[in-house]
Amino acid sequence: MSEKKTNRRDFLFTATYAVGAVGLGATVWPMIDQMNPDASVKALASTEVDVSAVTPGKTITVLWRGKPVFIRRRTQDEITDAKEVKMEDLKDPEKDEDRAKNPEWLVMLGVCTHLGCVPLNDKGDYNGWFCPCHGSHYDTSGRIRKGPAPTNMEVPKYEFVNTNTIKIG
Amino acid sequence: MSDHEYTPKSKFGKWFNDRLPLLSLASHLTDYPTPKNLNYWWTFGGILTFCLITQIVTGLTLAMHYIAHADMAFESVEHIMRDVNYGWLIRYIHANGASMFFLAVYIHIFRSLFYGSYKSPREIIWIIGIIIYLLMMAAAFMGYVLPWGQMSFWGATVITNLFSAIPLVGEGIVTWLWGGYSVDNPTLTRFFTLHYLIPFLILGLVVLHIWALHIPGNNNPVGIDVKKPSKDTVPFHPYIVIKDGFALLMFMIVFAFFVFYAPNILGHADNYIEANPLVTPAHIVPEWYLLPFYAILRSVPDKLLGVIAMLSAILILAALPWLDTSKIRSAVFRPLYKQFYWILVADVLILGYVGAMPAEGLYLLIARVATAYYFLHFLVILPVLGLKERTLPLPLSITEPVLGGSPNIAMAKKKESKIE
Repeated sequence: MSEKKTNRRDFLFTATYAVGAVGLGATVWPMIDQMNPDASVKALASTEVDVSAVTPGKTITVLWRGKPVFIRRRTQDEITDAKEVKMEDLKDPEKDEDRAKNPEWLVMLGVCTHLGCVPLNDKGDYNGWFCPCHGSHYDTSGRIRKGPAPTNMEVPKYEFVNTNTIKIG
Repeated sequence: MSDHEYTPKSKFGKWFNDRLPLLSLASHLTDYPTPKNLNYWWTFGGILTFCLITQIVTGLTLAMHYIAHADMAFESVEHIMRDVNYGWLIRYIHANGASMFFLAVYIHIFRSLFYGSYKSPREIIWIIGIIIYLLMMAAAFMGYVLPWGQMSFWGATVITNLFSAIPLVGEGIVTWLWGGYSVDNPTLTRFFTLHYLIPFLILGLVVLHIWALHIPGNNNPVGIDVKKPSKDTVPFHPYIVIKDGFALLMFMIVFAFFVFYAPNILGHADNYIEANPLVTPAHIVPEWYLLPFYAILRSVPDKLLGVIAMLSAILILAALPWLDTSKIRSAVFRPLYKQFYWILVADVLILGYVGAMPAEGLYLLIARVATAYYFLHFLVILPVLGLKERTLPLPLSITEPVLGGSPNIAMAKKKESKIE
């Protein structure tokens, strides 16, 4: 092949394709973005929960953003268990203090980090949670200990509004 | 396309056909030369077309009564079952029709595997078929979500969460798929839309599948190339039409058995409980037709690798025409391949069984061995076998083995003329 010279027509083709691609992208984006969470979904971003009736050793489950949130009032044994775990035994190392600011209260998303099932309370090899779907075991701090889940159960942003009320989100 | 030029007899027919050659197409389809030794395993193409049309027709009628809303979907399905005239019948046909569709497609796929129908020059037919199969799984999954029962909800949660295994963008993709922070109303309405769309995509691909088939023509149990038209072929109509029709009738008996006598046996009782985002059912199991892949997913202890293994198990089929290095198509002439074929069939059935069992102890071990063997079959056994295997001699034509395979061509010819 003889060497090709760039001429005016090549420039016009390239410019047309470029403008066309931008136009196409701008047209397609709204079609894609309409599937993302809409304003009404985002508006339900926080929930306040009254926890005065929760006694030590009990867990309540509340719905936040369509997902279950576990609020557990832990017993002294559970707190001790959770604190004694060595970091090197953990798949996703995280200190119990970092997960439960107030050690008596563990607040986390009740969603297995494997494929999103809701784990069961007081079950599994580590006396914490057990996911019935694919067999992930969590400890009393909601940390993954055994099974296919890659990470600990997520701790959402929350705060104590007063001693009896937790605001999630 | 046609092997002979077709001219309509009537003057109007000719006028029309010159402008839109539909009559030529009809003539091609009726006269289409077909190998005369096709057995009943070849009738599943027709059966699958029937299944697709059944799903589309029953689906359209169900859509006239179904309400795609998280608060009303479950009730509207019960309304269909109890109030709508023949609603129970239409829904049971649609629900069991999905299972029948997969039953037929698995037979169709395993027929291809046995007789080497995916080999040159039929690779494109095969790949279109795999795409159809993938779309069927997507349609079936989304359809199962629509009744908004417990299995619907948690099945949707688990399957959409598969995408969260993708590094970096995974979580964003899942939120995008859901249209929220969990499976909810936006998820339901988009699944309904896509569930409605996919069958028509499949219909289009079926046309391409058949078009691609009509270029080389059908493979056959002997697996040799057939000259067409010749003494080795018969016209599609009436020979194959009658045979397909009879097989379809038998198939419909099985279909009707499920619809009328065991309409819920292939489903899960949990799906008659309305979706509850706070409680996951104790055993989440997909429909039977997805179980082997589910077993592969669970057999890998790592989230991302499990998802990759499951997807590869399906996509590896698309590469099959190049993984199988043997030039001989039919397993009839491949004594070793024939054995490995049946081991694969057993392997897939075992995967299906352990997929339905809890993922622990012995079941998990069996699932791991069976998963390893599944990949071994396609990635090691097939490529090596094609190079090493000593195959049996192929007959010269379809007619030859029928006539006793006499080496004396004159004798064979004489016998052949007697038969005619």
